[in-house]
Amino acid sequence: MYERLKIGVLALQGDFERHLYQLTALGASGREVRLSKDLSGLDGLIIPGGESTTMNNLIDRFSLRQELSAFVKHKAVWGTCAGMIMLATRINDSTIEPLGAIDITVTRNGYGRQVFSFFTDLNLTLGDKNVIVPASFIRAPLVNKTGDAVAVLAKYDNHPILLSQGNCLVSSFHTELHSDKTLLKYFIDKFVLPAQALQPTNGI
Amino acid sequence: MDFTDKTYKIKVGLAEMLKGGVIMDVINPDQAKLAEQSGAAAVMALERVPSDIRADGGVARMAAPEIIEEIKKAVTIPVMAKCRIGHFAEAEILQALEVDFIDESEVLTPADYKYHVDKWKFKVPFVCGCRNLGEALRRIAEGAAMIRTKGEAGTGDVSEAVRHLREINRAIKTLTTMSDEELNGAAKEMSAPLSIVKVVAKLGKLPVPNFAAGGIATPADAALVMKLGAESVFVGSGIFKASNPEKRGRAIVTAVTQFSDPKALADCSRGLGEAMKGQPAAEIPDDKLLQIR
Repeated sequence: MYERLKIGVLALQGDFERHLYQLTALGASGREVRLSKDLSGLDGLIIPGGESTTMNNLIDRFSLRQELSAFVKHKAVWGTCAGMIMLATRINDSTIEPLGAIDITVTRNGYGRQVFSFFTDLNLTLGDKNVIVPASFIRAPLVNKTGDAVAVLAKYDNHPILLSQGNCLVSSFHTELHSDKTLLKYFIDKFVLPAQALQPTNGI
Repeated sequence: MDFTDKTYKIKVGLAEMLKGGVIMDVINPDQAKLAEQSGAAAVMALERVPSDIRADGGVARMAAPEIIEEIKKAVTIPVMAKCRIGHFAEAEILQALEVDFIDESEVLTPADYKYHVDKWKFKVPFVCGCRNLGEALRRIAEGAAMIRTKGEAGTGDVSEAVRHLREINRAIKTLTTMSDEELNGAAKEMSAPLSIVKVVAKLGKLPVPNFAAGGIATPADAALVMKLGAESVFVGSGIFKASNPEKRGRAIVTAVTQFSDPKALADCSRGLGEAMKGQPAAEIPDDKLLQIR
């Protein structure tokens, strides 16, 4: 059912290959996005984990910012870890200019350095389903504040870890490292497909 | 040895996050900041870069804690540091300093010529160098979360990194064609656990990220090792021994992201000034090579 979908993964730096692998495994077609021309014709975009400082730097170096900002305004987008930082509105680090797709304030590496990274099985309620997903928090960002329009979909230790606003989904953790497709399916079903239905079509 | 261990997953997870990102050797906070600004995904905190270690001689050890601490304060990207091969006390100190990754490195003078650090005992992930698949798999069996080629550090000559990458690729390809009996034999020949040999034969790649290091000095060098299958690069002396470290650092980062676009590589290779002078690895006598450690 996902064969027709074209989903991009920002491939400037980070674990973009894991996301592409997951997309292929689900039957969707994934595409590496390194330049702005790679965004054309995509139904959705995943911004992966990695180093947000590096991604921010390369977004400007490869002149992606304008088109990326436009894309995340009206198309489905999912940010994991560093991707969440890039999609936030405010960050505790002035060297990074986030894309502002979701009204949250984020502290980079809010859980601490690598010795404080951790793995846990998360109990999530997605729509009307309860699911358990394996999750790695790796030098993860911490959400400090959320705007009124933001839906908090899950918390861990009283901090939001999975949130959405409009077409945008963000998670502070990684499930793709464990080949778990639950969140990817959720992203496609609840964000990519509905957003696609709203786009003008040229007929098929 | 338990590859389903949760701490191990977290360690390999950070290695995954560093893919496609350049890791740069730095010896002070100013260099660290410059590395971060040029787009590095991590820095390696050192007392001396490999070409100076080579030139100065003497015993090369873990960097002093104050150097590591100053560098940690200067940047927000992950900070790595090197310990001597087998020197688990240095590794424990680096873990206590909360570095994000430890490189058990042949660039420093080995502390133990027989045993490597038992990396399973640590919360901090380790990267180790290798020249061939056997070395890579033995290091993974000891708990390494990332593998890099040894190359020949401090030379500015990429040929040894290329040799090591090709050697690993060739050996992995051969494993994928082997029967179970042959895999048993291969495990014995490489002195590597059969369970890991079987995983590699099935995946057709290493089970942890595989980076290139040792002698990378230009954007073209970085593109070459990426094309040969490296998942990213470490650059040691190549940046801060060049005439314009800022431009060269930026260009190598661009080359790693755009390695398959020769036009972009040509553009980023322009106007970089002098590369490090270097020394052909083939001119170094065998007993002076760092990679044999």
